[in-house]
Amino acid sequence: MSETTDGLAFGSLALALLGGALRVSTPFLFVSLGECITEKSGRINLGLEGTLVLGAMGGYGIALLTGSPWLGVLAAGLCGVLMGLLHGALCSLPKVNDIAVGIALMLFGTGLAFFLGKPLIQPQAPMLPSVELGAWSDSEQLRSALRINVLLPLGLALAGLLHWGFRSSRWGLALRLVGDNAAAARALGYPVVPIRIGATAAGGFLAGVGGAFLSLYYPGSWNEGLSSGQGLMAVALVIFARWSPLRCALAALLFGAAGALGPALQSQGITAGYYLFNAAPYVLTLALMAASWTPGQTLAGAPGELSFTQR
Amino acid sequence: MDALTHTLLAADVQDRGAAVEAYRVTKRFGALTALDDVSMKVEAGSFHCLLGENGAGKSTLVKCLVGYHPPEEGSFMVDGREQAIRSPRDAQRLRIGMVYQHFTLAPGMTVAENLLLARGDLPLRIDWRREKAALATFLASTPFRLDLNARVADLAAGEKQKLEILKQLYLGQRLLILDEPTSVLTPTEADEVLGLLHGMTRDGRLTVMMITHKFREVSAYGDSVTVLRRGKLAGSGRVGELSTQDMAEMMVGSAVSVATAPRRRAADAGRMAGDIRLGVDGLCADNDRGMAAVRELDLVVRAGEIVGIAGVAGNGQKELVEVLLGQRSASGGAVRVDGEAYGATRAELRRHGVFSLPEEPLRNACVPNMSVAENMGLRDFDIAPFSGGWLSLRFLRRGALTRRAKEWIEAFGVRPPDPSAAIENLSGGNVQRAVLARELSGAVRLLIVANPVFGLDFAATEAIHRRLDQARNDGAAILLVSEDLDELLELSDRILVMSEGRIAHQALAGYVDVAEIGRCMAGHGAGGH
Repeated sequence: MSETTDGLAFGSLALALLGGALRVSTPFLFVSLGECITEKSGRINLGLEGTLVLGAMGGYGIALLTGSPWLGVLAAGLCGVLMGLLHGALCSLPKVNDIAVGIALMLFGTGLAFFLGKPLIQPQAPMLPSVELGAWSDSEQLRSALRINVLLPLGLALAGLLHWGFRSSRWGLALRLVGDNAAAARALGYPVVPIRIGATAAGGFLAGVGGAFLSLYYPGSWNEGLSSGQGLMAVALVIFARWSPLRCALAALLFGAAGALGPALQSQGITAGYYLFNAAPYVLTLALMAASWTPGQTLAGAPGELSFTQR
Repeated sequence: MDALTHTLLAADVQDRGAAVEAYRVTKRFGALTALDDVSMKVEAGSFHCLLGENGAGKSTLVKCLVGYHPPEEGSFMVDGREQAIRSPRDAQRLRIGMVYQHFTLAPGMTVAENLLLARGDLPLRIDWRREKAALATFLASTPFRLDLNARVADLAAGEKQKLEILKQLYLGQRLLILDEPTSVLTPTEADEVLGLLHGMTRDGRLTVMMITHKFREVSAYGDSVTVLRRGKLAGSGRVGELSTQDMAEMMVGSAVSVATAPRRRAADAGRMAGDIRLGVDGLCADNDRGMAAVRELDLVVRAGEIVGIAGVAGNGQKELVEVLLGQRSASGGAVRVDGEAYGATRAELRRHGVFSLPEEPLRNACVPNMSVAENMGLRDFDIAPFSGGWLSLRFLRRGALTRRAKEWIEAFGVRPPDPSAAIENLSGGNVQRAVLARELSGAVRLLIVANPVFGLDFAATEAIHRRLDQARNDGAAILLVSEDLDELLELSDRILVMSEGRIAHQALAGYVDVAEIGRCMAGHGAGGH
């Protein structure tokens, strides 16, 4: 192979990765932003995987029924709110562990979605529209890479809004206080339990919207293998992003790119180890967790009330 | 009285310290009566001290007053009017504020954010430029200096205490309640803080109610005093009219000697110190954030001497102790015990007779939900006579552990005298006694001690000091790290001052220049910068 074709191949691989990152990162982005809100309040919701799947199913069903994908997104969010409220309410009972409840709700959410979603596997629901950012280019490949879904810019804007809001809004400060020192929050008269339930519900809403993306845009259908653990990876991603919404957005794009590695290599004709490359996001999760967790040091930026930062 | 005069008077009252009265307050926690029919009176604009031993009910009383746990019976009067205080919000409305013993700051947030959150009436959108300017103006009106952008987790204990007080001043409280505010401060800081608060009471702008163990603070700053004992009112009066002896008797219920004179006698000074037990050579260690906390530190402790380490909290003392106890790994240098390399393993601790009284014993020296007997056995439960038996499988002999625990509970006066009680349910002083029993009953050759009397009443303090002195006279080498300079001056044979992870100064007992120590603690010593 000559150097020019090498360069071309590398360029189109990078392009494919970029396209993949822009296409696949949206659910990571929404789930991690939602989890970020929840964890800032001092609770971990591991059930977002279940919320994601339930949101995907609910969104698909409603879009099919009403013919409007946007009503589907809203319905997915509402599914998420219900799941979040359930998690928040259960965890507010005495001696209930949020991580255990999260695992239970993860199984509950996916199970419920599979049960209710059986009739949705065949019919085709209307899809969410996309934005052509690459219309100026005459390269088909670039245009396809820059064809992004409308939820992505919404999610990125939300990340910016959360970044600002955590520091400069009444809600943000109260949320962080509750997550950092519940006793102090109580002493200052902030309602700890309602704030936490609210934060978990808001987190659930965003995870549900992330699910709607899966069924209503990409891959754009409802089936039981839709999520393949993306909700769980998004939780890990929040820790890697050190509870910063902006870093969550960056990390989501990185995970998206990793997820696109397998298909991108395949499109270049490299088929050996296809399934191995498909495992890249999972390997990345492990590697990043190991790298960001230095033994003997408390994790900088971790909300003080999270159950794993408590000594 | 016309309307105008009335409003003027109301405004006037708002800017003055509050008068508070507790009337027959009773508070129960399950079977325990923490407060039994206690009445007290705090005059407007006075500096009132609340004295009592651990568990006497001082904290419970003030927590009732600030609405944290409302009392079952009794009432509170503020400025002569009965007020129902059922929640912290009610107390806030009456402008009664409390500085808690345990810090109530959000560690992950900045100083400015903590102050703003305390205010409670935040706008939906916070204009940080304006708020910070306002906070800077407020800070300038007090003698405290804090970086508004610093994260609370990065502040030293003394700075956190200042922020707690600032938080209440920022809220414009008329009654400020302080729960042992100076226990984490250096003497200079303590005088600064109390002096400022005292000045504000002299202007009549503020009433201060302070829980304390320190008679020195009562005599220097208090106007009047209320003494509690075992949940009951033991006495009250004006500070000038009660002697220290009177107050001490009210506290413990009988006459006790309040010995504060240094124990070191001239004859002691000529005593030959023994062999080097602990040698620390060029030790380096990082803190939790990975920053260098101990920097190339050298020190030696010989048999039969107490070496005191003075310093402001956060200058590497905590990390030094943690390295010596095996809780933290060193990043450089060497530690030797009896001339042998030492890594704080269980075998080495046992071979060299190394024992310790770390600070916060419940966290650093106990398993909170295990029983007193089990905690007392943590050093030797795995050797005879506490393990053994059938086929030498080293089964635990609970009977032996319990029998010994009973002896120690008796000898060290641990309350309640129940070896099967979970140690986390004991009061701070009793946890310390239980740990003391475990650490001082063996053959002690080297003892590492950190802030041993933090938060203890004076009777417990006295008992612990006597035991440390006894261990030294029996030939143990003792390293005593303390934030209380008086304690160090009283006990130590040599005093080292630690500043920024290094030894900045050292002096022999009897040749101590307290002013120089103060300068070195503040980082302005000859060797400092």
